[in-house]
Amino acid sequence: MKVREIESEKRVAIAGNPNVGKSTLFNELTGLHQHTGNWTGKTVSNAWGCCRSKKFSYLLADIPGTYSLLTRSAEEERARNFLCFEKLDACMVVCDATCLERGLNLLLQIMEIVPQVVLCVNLMDEARRKNIRIDLDILQTRLKIPVIGTNAHDPKCRKTVLDALDHFFSEPSPEGKEEHIPEGKEEPASEGKKEHAPEGKEELASEEKEEHALEGSSKNPVITYAPPVEEAIRNLSARLRQILPQTDLPFRWISLQLLLGDTSLLAELDRYLSALCPEKGILENVLSSSMPSGTQDLFTDQVTCKIAEYASSLCKEAFRVSGRAHTARCAHCCKNCIYALPSEQCGLQETSSAYLHSLDRRIDRILTGRFLGYPLMILLLLLLFWITIVGANYPSELLSSAFSWLEGKLDAAALAAGLTPWLKDLLIYGIFRTVAWIVSVMLPPMAIFFPLFTLLEDVGYLPRIAYNLDSYFQKCHSCGKQALTMAMGFGCNAAGVVGCRIIDSPRERLIAILTNSFVPCNGRFPALITMISLFIIGTGKFSADPHAPASSAGLPGHAFVAACCLTALILLGVLMTFLVSRILSATLLKGVPSSFLLELPPYRKPRVGKVIVRSVLDRTLSLLSRAVVAAVPAGLLLWLTANLTFHGRTILSLCSGFLDPLAKRIGLDGTILMAFLLGMPANEIVLPIILMAYSGQGFLQELGGSASIKAILTAHGWDTATALSVCLFSLMHWPCATTLLTIHQETHSLKWTLAAILIPLSAGITCCILFNLLMQTIRFFL
Amino acid sequence: MNPKTLLTLQPGEAGIVERLSCTGSLRRRLLDIGLLPGAQIVCVGCSPCKDPKAYLVRGAVIALRATDSRQILLKQEDSSEAGIRSARES
Repeated sequence: MKVREIESEKRVAIAGNPNVGKSTLFNELTGLHQHTGNWTGKTVSNAWGCCRSKKFSYLLADIPGTYSLLTRSAEEERARNFLCFEKLDACMVVCDATCLERGLNLLLQIMEIVPQVVLCVNLMDEARRKNIRIDLDILQTRLKIPVIGTNAHDPKCRKTVLDALDHFFSEPSPEGKEEHIPEGKEEPASEGKKEHAPEGKEELASEEKEEHALEGSSKNPVITYAPPVEEAIRNLSARLRQILPQTDLPFRWISLQLLLGDTSLLAELDRYLSALCPEKGILENVLSSSMPSGTQDLFTDQVTCKIAEYASSLCKEAFRVSGRAHTARCAHCCKNCIYALPSEQCGLQETSSAYLHSLDRRIDRILTGRFLGYPLMILLLLLLFWITIVGANYPSELLSSAFSWLEGKLDAAALAAGLTPWLKDLLIYGIFRTVAWIVSVMLPPMAIFFPLFTLLEDVGYLPRIAYNLDSYFQKCHSCGKQALTMAMGFGCNAAGVVGCRIIDSPRERLIAILTNSFVPCNGRFPALITMISLFIIGTGKFSADPHAPASSAGLPGHAFVAACCLTALILLGVLMTFLVSRILSATLLKGVPSSFLLELPPYRKPRVGKVIVRSVLDRTLSLLSRAVVAAVPAGLLLWLTANLTFHGRTILSLCSGFLDPLAKRIGLDGTILMAFLLGMPANEIVLPIILMAYSGQGFLQELGGSASIKAILTAHGWDTATALSVCLFSLMHWPCATTLLTIHQETHSLKWTLAAILIPLSAGITCCILFNLLMQTIRFFL
Repeated sequence: MNPKTLLTLQPGEAGIVERLSCTGSLRRRLLDIGLLPGAQIVCVGCSPCKDPKAYLVRGAVIALRATDSRQILLKQEDSSEAGIRSARES
């Protein structure tokens, strides 16, 4: 063996079922911070990361989780294409030890594509708690691939995995290793299965397996399918090989997929092919000629069953449940092992009763209960907001006083450096104040809300929300997973739009994309909080007194009212989502709801410390950079518009004067509308722009104190109604530029991108008009 | 007598899959999660509106809508009664 030879990078993909800890493992290995969460579909796009071991350097890819390689949703398609068309040195398949059978199912399929596979059985500690022991040696012998057991949260696993990979790559040839294992070893597997399941169908299967054993390790077949399937595969792959002679694709597997009617793979191959040979439609011809009609479903069943049977027999062998558990009568043991044991080993009664009395189920019965389900959801939201508002008050004050101190220093420094007055004004009052305002007002709520939200995500509550709300989404002819994408929208609408890939049906996915901006994101959220705490709880009545102390948000009672208002606003957003989804599926995107299949993961203990540190750091940094990147040019532009004059009036006042008539109709004014337009690159800066525009000189009058903000606003004719209109409009207007770009990327259509602007905008305008009519009526009668 | 489907299972009841009557993508999805003929499935709960119900299949809890679970035919057995009984016992 060559020692310490640093070869070129080894490309290794990390694949596996959803929610088995692929991203956690990836983070552990590469030291990166991919977002992780306890729900299916958290990772929707590929991520790359490097890591070095003693012998090699690896380029690791974290790909979205998938149940099988017969893809349906966009995120699974990505995973499939990646495994198929990227040149990989190896693939590491991650399995959940508590749900091994399904993981092996995928493993067997991946082994058909990528010859070099390492199996990593993750969550071994969770399995141990459930009294499941897995015999990794048996898996290794049977599958003829390296198998390792890990706990992704455990720092030690990094070494385990890297050692395994090193060992794997330093073997002379992986194929050679396979040959060491006598082929006869395959026999016991089929015999064992006969004992467990004496059914006719299985008999047939085991016969075929013997055939496979005889065929031995003749390069490819992991599994041999029924003769007609094999025949068809042979034919088709021979044809494909003729078309693509110089490429090194997994032909056997591609043929199989095409036979099972995977049309997206066909499109992908076409694209791949067009680079190599100009002839069009050649694949379709080949396929239609070599495929007997009407066999798709039959083949699908045969193939899936075959793979699943093999996986289940492997799984049965690998489980080492202590003592008597193999006899199905032992209810006590079954109680602990029910999560993982293949069906026949546990009696039905034991299985159901064990799960029905597990802690997870008891929590579920409360959180998704008939009477408590919805109230608890709303209460939880309320609690989050309350903590955020109460908690954000103090750091906010602290930050703003720190910034005003810093501003004084900067001012002095600029004077000392002899900067020209206009440049100093521009830099300090234009740019610095805007940035400082954003940081001090917006950062604290974010730094409190998101860790809390991430904790909920880590525990596994988000899928329960989707589960609870699905029946309403079904009534709107859309998918319950939309709730998950909305939850992601809280962080960032662009992320929410990308997250829509977890929805299978293209129609429902489009609905989810178009309605995602009804959830206020990171950027709009603080503005909402500020509006509410200034105008709704600061003063009771409509007679806003500019001199009243407005910073009373610190009082718990007021904070509670503010939290209630915020919750109501969010609920309104959710309601609008339902309404718009329903209207869309009745008009533009006609259709009936498609299938919905959502996994409810087990509740897991969140890693509190890690979550808080990560989300504070990640969010803080990203928010800061976004704010600075967006606010600097905006501050500049504003300063210019406020200081350049045209026919004696500043450009700013000209513009807002132009927008004013329209804006007055919806209870705003021209300046506000213009701020929303200018705030398109980043919604964070809408409120600062309003303030800058109001204070005549084109920069914020002074920093800090929410009282001063309120004074500026009320001086320009704001009252509670205006503030509420701004809140409504902020909740429903066009999505920010980043989100729009993402929508365009995801839909590949300018038309739908435009729709994503118009739909929330028209909803917002309608709501604002209705609200103002209501307010006028109230005022008329009072 | 109507064939017994997954929809008829109430929380706490169990059954064994006989066959799937759906085609296309839903069929593949269901096969993927392990709903093959002979697989056992337990209804473990329902959502507040009763529609998506949660089922325990091969170690994982999966939520399925009524329209989808209607497509999953179960074996005509009285194993479900056993399921209820055991749930009541403990």
